[in-house]
Order: sequence, then C-alpha cells, then structure tokens
Amino acid sequence: MMFIVKYIKEVFSGLKSLAIGLRRTLYYFTHHKEIITQQYPDNRDTLVFPDRFKGEVVMAHDENNEHACTGCTACELACPNATIKIVTKFDISPEGKKKKAIDKFVYHLELCTMCNLCVVACPTDAIKMAQTFEHSVFNRAELTKVLNKPESKVREGVE
Amino acid sequence: MVEEISSTPAGDIIINVGPQHPATHGVLHLVITINGETIQKVEPHLGFIHRSIEKMCESLSYRQFIYVTSRMDYLSSHINNHACALCVEKGMQVEIPSRAQVIRILMDELTRIASHELWWGAMAMDLGAFTPFFHAFREREAINDIMEETCGARLTMNYMVPGGVMQDIHPNFQRRVKDFIALYKSKINEYSEMVTGNIIFQNRMKGVGFLSAADAISFGCTGPTARGSGVSCDIRKLYPYEIYEQLEFDEILETGGDSFSRYMVRVREMNQSVRIIEQLIDNIPEGDFQAKTKAVLKLPKGEFYQRVETARGELGVYIVSEGGATPYRIKFRSPGFSNLSALDHMARGSKLGDLVAMMGTLDLVIPDIDR
Amino acid sequence: MWSFSKISNILDSWLSETFSPTWTMVIEMVIAGICVITLFALLGLVLVLMERRVAAWIQIRLGPNRVGPGGMLQSLADTVKLLVKEGMTPDGADKFLFNLAPIIAMMVAMLLMAPIAFASNFQLWDLNIGVLYVTAISSLMVISILMAGWASNNKYSLMGAMRSGAQIVSYELSAGLSIMAIVVLSSSLNLNDIIQSQADGWWIFKGHIPVFIAFLIFIIAVTAETNRAPFDLAEAESELTAGFHTEYSGMKFALFFLAEYINVFIVCAIGATLFLGGWMPFHIGHWEAFNHVMDFIPSSIWFFGKTFFLIFLIMWFRWTFPRLRIDQLLDLEWKYLLPISMFNLLLVTLMAILGWHF
Repeated sequence: MMFIVKYIKEVFSGLKSLAIGLRRTLYYFTHHKEIITQQYPDNRDTLVFPDRFKGEVVMAHDENNEHACTGCTACELACPNATIKIVTKFDISPEGKKKKAIDKFVYHLELCTMCNLCVVACPTDAIKMAQTFEHSVFNRAELTKVLNKPESKVREGVE
Repeated sequence: MVEEISSTPAGDIIINVGPQHPATHGVLHLVITINGETIQKVEPHLGFIHRSIEKMCESLSYRQFIYVTSRMDYLSSHINNHACALCVEKGMQVEIPSRAQVIRILMDELTRIASHELWWGAMAMDLGAFTPFFHAFREREAINDIMEETCGARLTMNYMVPGGVMQDIHPNFQRRVKDFIALYKSKINEYSEMVTGNIIFQNRMKGVGFLSAADAISFGCTGPTARGSGVSCDIRKLYPYEIYEQLEFDEILETGGDSFSRYMVRVREMNQSVRIIEQLIDNIPEGDFQAKTKAVLKLPKGEFYQRVETARGELGVYIVSEGGATPYRIKFRSPGFSNLSALDHMARGSKLGDLVAMMGTLDLVIPDIDR
Repeated sequence: MWSFSKISNILDSWLSETFSPTWTMVIEMVIAGICVITLFALLGLVLVLMERRVAAWIQIRLGPNRVGPGGMLQSLADTVKLLVKEGMTPDGADKFLFNLAPIIAMMVAMLLMAPIAFASNFQLWDLNIGVLYVTAISSLMVISILMAGWASNNKYSLMGAMRSGAQIVSYELSAGLSIMAIVVLSSSLNLNDIIQSQADGWWIFKGHIPVFIAFLIFIIAVTAETNRAPFDLAEAESELTAGFHTEYSGMKFALFFLAEYINVFIVCAIGATLFLGGWMPFHIGHWEAFNHVMDFIPSSIWFFGKTFFLIFLIMWFRWTFPRLRIDQLLDLEWKYLLPISMFNLLLVTLMAILGWHF
C-alpha cells in the first residue's frame, strides 16, 4: 500500500514541477513588454555606444587639419599584432631646421584586436578609439587605412 | 583509426561526435564507442583550435601578452588577464593600489556570473530546453553592458594591465552594477522554476556522471567540477590573492559527485559572487587605479607562478624569465583540459544522452582546453 | 447560413446533374485531393510561423518580423528557399528507400486526414471505424522514420530511427487506451457519432476526472508519437545532430518537416474531436438559450479553434521542457502512463456502466 501512495505522490510532485515551469513560460508568452530584442539595423539612429567602446583606432584632427601625432612610434611598439605602421619624413621648418614628422600613419584594421594598448601608450593623446563597429567591406584592401588626413600637420607645441 | 575499428568488439559502433556537432560547443572531437545507447569509451581528440598561444606569448612583451590570454577561456577573459597580470606583478614586486584590487575583484566576479549564466543556458540547451538559454542571456547582457561601458568591449576586454587596471571605472559603474544585482535577484527564482526544479531535468542529472572525490583529485579536476565531488579547491580560499581573504564568502561544496551536484555548485556560486560584489560595490577605495610602472617591463631572471580561480577552475600561469622584456617560456595550466580528462571515466556505462549532460556540467570551453 | 456543408452539397448536386455518377465520383475525389494538398501547404506555413512565434514570445524575443507584414510571409520564403535547394543523396545511401521515406511520411499524414470532421457534415470519409482507422494509420509513421534512418547510411540517423521506433511503438499503447476511454463512453468508433454524443457537453467536462486523466495521457502520448520535444529523441539536436533526417536536404527535408507539423495537426484534431467535441459548439446540458447563442459561431471555427489550442499546448511543452533520456522515456510509458491509463480505463468503464457521467 505504501508503494502506491509513494507512486501517486511521485506522479503529482512531478506534474507540479512541470506546471511551475509551464506557468513561467506562459507568463513570458503573455507579457510582451519583457521582450529584450533590439531591432538592430532599424534602431541605428537611437543606438548609443558607451564612449569607451573600442571600435577602431582613429586620429583626432582639429579644424586647422592638425593632429597631435609626433611620429614617436610608441604605439607601433606597443601594438602586439603589428597593426600600426608609421612612415616618417623630415619636414623643413621655416628656420631651415629639419624636423621629424609623420608621413603616413598606416593602420591595419584587419589585424587589430582592439586591445587599447596603443591608445594608452600614446604620449600626446593623438590617437583614440572610435565607436564605429560596422567594419564590413567588400575589399580587404579597404581595411588598411591611413589615419592622418592628407596635408595635415602636427599641431604647434606638441612634442 | 583503421586499427581501432578492427579491434572494436562486435556490436559496438564508433561515432564521431564533433568536430562539428551541436553539443560540443566548439571544435571538440570525441570519438565514442557505443553499444546500442550505452557508452563504452570516450576519447577526446584535441587540436582543432590550437593557436599556440603559449608560443605566441614568448614573442610578446609583458604588457602585450595579456591580451592573447583573453582568447583562451573567452568566457572568463577578465580572470585570465588577472592571472597574467598578477604573475607579472609578482615578478616585478609591484604594490597594487587598493582601488585597483577592488576593481579587479569586482570585474572577476561579474565575469564569473556572466560565465555561469552562459553555462546555465547552454547546459539547458544541451538537455533540449532552448528557452533558458535566452533567459540566461538577458542577465548576461546586463553584465556585458557594464563591461562595455567600463572596459570598452563585451567579451575580450584586455582591462587588466600589470600594475592595476587600464582605465578607471566609468562614473555609471556602481549604479549599473546595483541595477544588475537587483535584476539578478528578481530573476534567479526563475532558474529554479524552469530548470532546477523540473522533474525531467532532475532525472537527467541525478546519479549521472558520477565522479568520486578521489577520482576528481587524481584527474586533476578543479573548480566546480571537483567541488561537486566534495573536494575543497577554491583558490580564492586556499591561496587568496588580492583582497579575497578579507571578503566574506563561502566555498560551495556538494558531496554528490554527480551531474546535479556540479550543477548546484555553479548555481550557488553565482549567489556567492553576488555576495562579494555587494560587499565591495559601495566600498571602492579612492586612489590610483594603476601603479606607476616603467615603460618597458622587465622581469628578473627566474620562474614565477600564479594561480587564480576562473569560472571553470584553477588557472595557473607559469612564466620563466631570462631577465629580458619578453618571457622565455610561458605555460598555462588551464582548468578545462584536466576537467575534460575525467569525461571518459564518468561517461562509461551511461547513455549517449548523458554524455551531453556531463559535458554540460563540465562546462567545457574548447579554446581553453586547446590553447 | 454559409457553411462548408452547404458548399459541398451544392457542388455535389451540380456535379451529379451534369455528369454520370462515376465521373462525379472521380471529379469529387480530385477536388478533395487538391483541397487536402492545399490544406497541407497552408497548415505547414501557418504552423511553422505559429511555432516560431510561440517560441519567440516564450524566449522573450520578437520572432520573424522581416518578411511581409509582421513576418507573415516568413515561412513562405523558407519554403521557396527549400524548394530551390539541391536535394542531395549521400553516396552510401540506399537511394530508393532514401527517396521513398519522405514520401511515405507525407502519405501517412494525408491518409490520416480522411476521417476527420472539419465542420458539421463536412468530412472526406464518414468511416464507421474512424477511431480504429486513425490509430492504425498513425502507427505507420514509424515506418518512414525507420526507413529514413536506415537508408541514410549514417549512424546518427540509424540511432535516431531506432529510438523513434521504440518510442512510437510504446506510446501507441497509452494513446490507444486513452482513446478507448472515449470509445467506451460514447459506445461508438465512428468519429461523427462521438461528436454527436457531445452535443450536451464535451467529454472532458462530462467525464469527470477519469476523462481528464485520459486527456492528459493522450496529450503526452501524442506528443511522443509525433516526436515533439520533450520527446524529440529521434531528432535530439544536441545528441544526434538531427537524428533520422541528418542526411536530408532541400525539399526532402521539407517533406519530413511538413509531415511533422501535419501529424501534430492531425493528432490535435483527433484530440479535439474526442475530448473537446470536434466541431460541436460549447453546450451546457439543457440551457437552450445559451446553446443557441453558441450555435451561431460556425462549426469550422470551433473545430479549428480547439485544434489550434491543443497545438499551442504541444508547442508550449516543447519550449518549456528539457528532453528525456531514452530509458526514462520508456520508463515513463511502461511504469507510469500505461498502468495509469489501464486503471483509468477501468474507472471509465465502470462509470459508463453505472451511467455516472452527465
């Protein structure tokens, strides 16, 4: 007799545990305000990224088309993947002095792991992380970028 | 392989589970011998995602190599980075500011919760329940958002650097973490409603995949896998690093040794992590977030070892230095590899469906097993 | 009032005036065939969409919402995709059986359509042993699965098929026994008679607790018979990748997929017919006024409403529960469902003899 009581208890406790689960899923089935889906391509306009989000490395230029990069190659040395390649040239100042400056700041986005080490290493805060994230392109060559704008110069007073 | 097949007893068949299989969560390859539904032998084959991380680290400086370790156990990348940073600091004899220590522990515990959330959902999915996966991701997303705000990334953050953390915490950090804890506490009950208390789930887990305490030790299992068998092995308690010894939390031990015990260890561990976070979140000391270090880090000649408790078990980082700017040799003792080695012992004689449940409770992350 | 039976009667009388009786018969059969195939296609589209919506809402997602208004055309787009895909046959497969299996799966599903009453006086075949026919044919489902699993020359498929064989054969028993409860109460095997016997209330309300237990067992058993989660061991995604249809692709896979949904529809239709009165509106005893109001709702709406409610139940189970293990699955049948349903049948028989039901 005890066996049958135990058997029936087992069946009922099993059914009860299943009913608890069913109640929970029914709650979500009927409460659509709990839905957490973000409809990504549609919500582009309202998409806010935190200011620290590491999307890609960019170089800040001011309105005079000047940047703060002195070409010290600290970032190039800090980078673990050889993502950054700095090509330098010698500018001749009006006084006739030779001064080292960057010719091209080549940035290989396809190699970059967004580790932020270059930004930390930069002594003049010339580069920073941008919040872009849609990096897909049709041609791999487009991922190799030159960060300094053409004709840009290093800002006065930045050493 | 041919030899293997010819030596298989009659009636047994060999099945390749993986490298492309929904249950292995990655490129793990299990060659299993089954008789009907009963497993005779499980043989894990590794090497499909070997990236030679240890060798790569030898050519990177002490600042640079930390980012690679995020790619080992990608679900607890903060804790991997933490272990490396600690090991380097040990070699350099740097004093870490207390603010950085607290931030590191907060990040570690948040990562542990995120990792266990994902494990919980993925394990329920292995057992055929798809819904918990999405529900677990709701809480995990909240953590990822916090990480994104402070560290700038959601998965491979590279936030720990030798000497502290890379950036100070975001002004919103404390508020967001408190919001997360409120969310977590309001939802944790659903976990038991939907999975833990479910009779089908309990039948699938209880008495399955038994691993005795002696076997857990002899296979080198650590973390929740060993604690489910009653082996006390929480590095945070046994070899405390940072300020863990000042914190109040329990080491979760279950003595069942079966899949359900391992499951319960992880579920209860999440609560302990929340407890740690609650103790620290209002008490982040003021000060620097990073100790002053030289531009080029150099470790003195010698060998350095540091272990930490990741979400999966004990992660050991062993650095041999010749005194230069790059390590001479680095070895990682990853928890997943040792835990996986117990799978064959656990799985013999059980059903094919149980194998999936056992792999779920071992919480395998393949890039961690196969670096 | 506008109804399916009117349309079919008008069509029938027009055809028999125009053609000879033999031709009338042939034309009617063709029309019925086309209707069934159309219904199949429609049901496939609707049920797949419904499944995805139910799953999405339970999983706090939105579900398909890109193709067409509110994602309504999603399953149509999927069908087009599957149609233009290559239907591959693996190298070591038994080609004849491999290609035959999905067709058999569809055929079984089509055969089951015959005795179902979709609305009052609207039935393809008023069979006097309808219940027996349905139970007999539905057990043929296992043949197509075994055939697919064997012919694929894939160990996963074979294991899925073998699991499915053990499962369907055992769950047939308790499904049959719970159906017997209704047969005993209404003392007829004719589906129409069973529906008529529920004119003063559905069996689930009239039959006290024993019929409710029979209903529960029926739902569990048919969930298992149609290989739906938590009994989807034949597919068992995390264990056997896709079980018996691992090797199928393109339209052959789609036929299996469709057959699964049609089978779900049919077993739910049978369940609705037996326990919830089929097309019979909701009647309470002799409350003439209330019954009259209920009669205004067309019988087809009652039928489809009840069927879709049961389908929702089965989907709800699928997205809530984890999967059972094979030995637990058989334990559940032989240790729990079968003894309970046998004892339950005894109670129902006693109830029928003593006339305790309403």
